[in-house]
Amino acid sequence: MAKDPALRGLTRRALLGRAAMASAALAIGAGFVAAPDAAWALELENIRPETMATLIQMARDIYPHDRVADSFYAVAVKGYDTPEDAPAIEAGIAALNAAAQGAGFDDYLSVGWESDRVAILRTQEASPFFQTIRGGLVTGLYNQKEIWPIFGYQGESYSQGGYLHRGFDDINWL
Amino acid sequence: MVAKFDLNDDGVVVIVGSGAGGGVLANELAQKGVKVVSIEAGGRYLPDDYINDEWASFQQLAWTDMRTTSGNWRVAQDFPNLPTWIVKAVGGTSIHWAGASLRFQDHEWKARTTYGNIPDANLLDWPIDSAEMAPWYDKAEAKLGVTRTGGREGLPGNNNFKVFEAGARAIGYEDVSTGHMGINSAEYDGRMSCQQTGFCFQGCKWGAKWSAAYTDVPRGEETGNLEVRSGCFALRIEHDDAGRVTGVVYLDAEGKQQRQKAKLVSVACNSIESPRLLLNSASSMFPDGLANSSGQVGRNYMRHTTGSVYAVFDKPVRMWRGTTMAGYIGDERRNDPSRGFVGGFEFETLSLGLPFMAAFLDPGAWGREFTSALDGYENMAGLWIVGEDMPRETNRVTLNPDVKDANGLPVPNVHFDDHPNDEAMRDYAYGKGAELYRAAGATRIFPTPPYPSTHNLGTNRMSENPRDGVVNRYGQSHDIPNLFVSDGSQFTTGAAENPTLTIVALAIRQADHIAGELSKGNI
Repeated sequence: MAKDPALRGLTRRALLGRAAMASAALAIGAGFVAAPDAAWALELENIRPETMATLIQMARDIYPHDRVADSFYAVAVKGYDTPEDAPAIEAGIAALNAAAQGAGFDDYLSVGWESDRVAILRTQEASPFFQTIRGGLVTGLYNQKEIWPIFGYQGESYSQGGYLHRGFDDINWL
Repeated sequence: MVAKFDLNDDGVVVIVGSGAGGGVLANELAQKGVKVVSIEAGGRYLPDDYINDEWASFQQLAWTDMRTTSGNWRVAQDFPNLPTWIVKAVGGTSIHWAGASLRFQDHEWKARTTYGNIPDANLLDWPIDSAEMAPWYDKAEAKLGVTRTGGREGLPGNNNFKVFEAGARAIGYEDVSTGHMGINSAEYDGRMSCQQTGFCFQGCKWGAKWSAAYTDVPRGEETGNLEVRSGCFALRIEHDDAGRVTGVVYLDAEGKQQRQKAKLVSVACNSIESPRLLLNSASSMFPDGLANSSGQVGRNYMRHTTGSVYAVFDKPVRMWRGTTMAGYIGDERRNDPSRGFVGGFEFETLSLGLPFMAAFLDPGAWGREFTSALDGYENMAGLWIVGEDMPRETNRVTLNPDVKDANGLPVPNVHFDDHPNDEAMRDYAYGKGAELYRAAGATRIFPTPPYPSTHNLGTNRMSENPRDGVVNRYGQSHDIPNLFVSDGSQFTTGAAENPTLTIVALAIRQADHIAGELSKGNI
């Protein structure tokens, strides 16, 4: 994931030194969220790290692909870390946490089972916040070329001369 | 050698739009010595420019100007400001089309007579028929190099076709092939053969697929009789006190308003913008818009009854490899009301890349039901349903008084309600498509809703009686003799076939007519 300049690797020591708390999925520190193994970190200027960690979990719960790493979901939503977008993101995640509390949990990130989180998301489905996040993910997640191989998708083939001699009709199980 | 005509030259024919209709008409007229100015809203992109990346290509080519939608069609819910998937570029949507090139069937020219009085439909027979169109179809097939016509070989079948064919044979379909395609199976007309690259919708980087962008348009320019002004947006058509059109007012590429005089104007900007331009040209003499004494401008909007069926198998298919739409089943084309609907449909192979599959498989869906489908992407096969939809007066393009474009003109609103016949056909086709894939061994099947429309038809329809439509048998306005329509908006009914071949055939025929009438001094 080093291809994305906004996601930087930290040393494990730097991570442990700066991380304030760890959720189930992500390390959350002052001004950043990071992979628990410090493989990547997303530095934040406008959105609170706890909010971003929740947003990344929400993104995964909307479009869950178990073979797609958190870093791709982080890339898909990091664009909201702007002065313009941050207030709406904070408000939306606050509403999501309130819904989680209404369902008897401490907050959204503390909900252990995906099915419980999805039930909470269903209560937010009609909100502009949810629809903005979902709609943005359609391109923000699936248009990352780095995830295409996980799905077997090969993208362009023109540079290799197409598939005429590279298996356009190689199906062998019919 | 490229012509340059004066804005005050009132001896030129002005054609608005340069796609399968306008681009072909421009070239055909230029070849006959007629001076033509082509006003094209988009820029010029050639095969080297095309991008084999779905979203990047969409940003390069798609017509994304603001539009609004209404009606019960699902597109209005999923893509409220993107009712169509068409192209803004020199060559128009002939850059995007997938190549399927079928002639209308005999009965489809006589929809009203064949189907009878269908409630809440505005069916009408075309003023022309198969016999009249046969020689023009011959010319169009030769121009496009359509496979399986004129002695040209069919394309080879790709993986997606092989699954499609196996399922089709298993459920008893017989008219199954890689279709009649405007994509070269062998070198033809200076264009190379298909390299099975995929990305047919994004512009063919090999030029193996016919497009006006790199055939008719440059060939017309080579005659010295055609000037193409790209990046120019037509605002309105003007007329004189005698009710004849005199020219087109447009914004040039620098945003400056210009007025090109003309002895004849043709409108060929696809079925949304063509009626919009006529409606935006309203005047005190024509308060309801040009060519609109019938009130039919903008009405009878058709978009084909469409849908897709995708299916996941237990083994890889890799449907994206190869020619996107080279797969055809014709067994359901016939009119057989015993199926519960009039008219017919074809199945054609279709695939989307992962980014567009995520956007179009089930727009708005989320959660594991959706993502597990995408997890099966490599094992997925796909087909498209394309069938005849019912023209309805209430399905129409109107000017939205509440929303203005960057030029201050009202944007088009596209209203569409599925007719019960459309719904019955789609449901039947979903069922047969699922049966086909189950027979080929599918483990999971997705009846996928229609995409934004690429086949936009009918909004300036052809009619024998001026009361019933906008243009006559040559696409000439009933009201204004030197105003023509040259795109799919002149379709009286949509038939079941992909429209490009018929648009091209009509444009070739129209050029012959216009050139003849001009030389005789009749227009």
